[in-house]
Amino acid sequence: MQKLLNYVRESQVWKSIFRHGYPDTPRNRTLAVLSNVFLHLHPVKVRRSGIRLSYTWCMGGLTFFLFLILTLTGLLLMFYYRPTAEKAYEDIFALREHVPIGVMREMHRWGAHLMVITVWLHMYRVFLTGSYKPPREFNWNVGVILLVLTLLLSFTGYLLPWDQLAVWAITVGTNMARATPFLGHEGPGAALLSFGGIDFIHAGDDVRFGLLSGRFVGEGALLRFYVLHCVGFPLIAATLMAVHFWRVRKDGGISGPL
Amino acid sequence: MNFALATLLSGGGGAVNDGPLAAGIKNFANWLTEPTRYSVSSILAIAAVFYFRKFFSKVWVITVFFALATGLFVFAFQDPNFNAIITKPDNVPIIILFATVIFFSWLSLRRAVINDERTKRGEPTLEGELSKQKVFTWPDLVYIELICLVLFTAALLVWSIMITAPIEEPAATARTPNPSKAPWYFLGLQELLVYFDPWIAGVLLPSFIIVGLCAIPYLDTNPKGNGYYTFDERPFAVVFFWVGFVLFWVSFVILGTFLRGPNWSFFGPFEFWDLHKLEPMVNVDLSTYFWVELLGKPRPDEPLVREAPGIIALLGYFLVLPPLVGKTLMKKMVAEMGMVRFNVFMHLFLWFVLIPIKMGLRWTVNLKYFIGMPEFFFNV
Repeated sequence: MQKLLNYVRESQVWKSIFRHGYPDTPRNRTLAVLSNVFLHLHPVKVRRSGIRLSYTWCMGGLTFFLFLILTLTGLLLMFYYRPTAEKAYEDIFALREHVPIGVMREMHRWGAHLMVITVWLHMYRVFLTGSYKPPREFNWNVGVILLVLTLLLSFTGYLLPWDQLAVWAITVGTNMARATPFLGHEGPGAALLSFGGIDFIHAGDDVRFGLLSGRFVGEGALLRFYVLHCVGFPLIAATLMAVHFWRVRKDGGISGPL
Repeated sequence: MNFALATLLSGGGGAVNDGPLAAGIKNFANWLTEPTRYSVSSILAIAAVFYFRKFFSKVWVITVFFALATGLFVFAFQDPNFNAIITKPDNVPIIILFATVIFFSWLSLRRAVINDERTKRGEPTLEGELSKQKVFTWPDLVYIELICLVLFTAALLVWSIMITAPIEEPAATARTPNPSKAPWYFLGLQELLVYFDPWIAGVLLPSFIIVGLCAIPYLDTNPKGNGYYTFDERPFAVVFFWVGFVLFWVSFVILGTFLRGPNWSFFGPFEFWDLHKLEPMVNVDLSTYFWVELLGKPRPDEPLVREAPGIIALLGYFLVLPPLVGKTLMKKMVAEMGMVRFNVFMHLFLWFVLIPIKMGLRWTVNLKYFIGMPEFFFNV
């Protein structure tokens, strides 16, 4: 057994992948982190205080991990889902009825709920440890935008099952946009934006119409939410996550007393 | 209609035979969770937790709390009305939210109390002691991450296998469900719709929350408490965030999920969700109070004149109050923060405080709007 392991570790294939020996010496432990594109998100050495679970709660890491789980399960769900008013509900229903021990939809749904919670708790921890203070002000802002994106991702995904819960939750949520000052047709100031008795802002062109591409939650909204949910928001979120992690490193790593 | 009558006569839907103790607990819970009492008592509770933080940060206190909470939960689970709302698959995350927020609030408080005591004795904080040592990412950090990840994945998988994701009836735009609720994480905002019009609760306040969160690092000029838990070194910041996050945001999400039923009426945790529960709408505008009640005249027709009392009150609140307190009570704060920071902070803060003010006025004097100009959709 040992011989076989040694043989594998000495082979050209193994050596081409891992450019260092078993990470039990300082040199190899350094190389293990430095020569791996994923691990090199981390510095080679970290403060002992910063890796305590009672300090970090691991919520930022779990959020990122959930994002990966949701990307994977979401990708699989996309194979079986057609974002049209006729097919959407049918496809989701079929996923439940025809797949034995299907857990992809469950993992996607429960994971999405959890991600909202882990993002909140991560923000809570960062606030309570004062980790937004200089030099991390900018990264806190990136985090706030990521928080908003998480909620938007969840909100757009909420519509996709196309059942009563979905449609009415999005209706209630987007009804707020009607009341946007100046830009919503029931918002304060919208009536001022008229010329010669012609209203510029009405139910057919206000922000809510823009969000839903219609006067109510219909097929246009479904397609719009689907594209944003599967492509638009994940791309923006992934980009900002890269910025977020990069800045954690550049701003001095996991926060600790100066 | 017959059904409604029958439920009225039987005193609620879930006809349960409770002993006097069980009935007493349930009635008390229904009584206590009514929004007015709930908000007032939770503010008092937060004040008590901070004042007696040494006591509340003890391990046995949180253990007893969770044991009691679990016991109550098991007891409440037997009740059909509580059971009906708590066992909805989509409400499982809300219970997780409840438990984790309380646990982590306690944990942060505990570490803050320990750190503050150490600082008082002149010792370094928990974090300060360990931050001098550095460890290799591989294996120390990588293994922690791996273990978290494996346990978390296992938990998520078990949850996913145990509870099937629900799917309701197909979408029908003609049939509105009652209650119609926004996704759970927005229920705090939906709760505010009781007190404010959509343009404030749904547009202005969320924007202010985002802007306010972004502004926090630039407004908080206190250099202490960077990278470790503490309460004594930044009491205002910590209390402010607890009130904003735990009290307003999280607990309104829980209230909106479990205690708001048909027509967004309030229902205690052991109350039947009766479609026909009547809540009297007796709210009165400030203009009515001023013109009719105070001066004994009918309200003027011209909206600007009619609403003048409210407009003056709010202009005073937002424009006169900040410079006034800046020159007197908060002179020191202005000197520390500078004029720009102080004004941005005050305006965000006054909006934040306007929420409990409006709630309090609604509960005490049934105030509907400070300024009510439905002509322009401008109601505050």
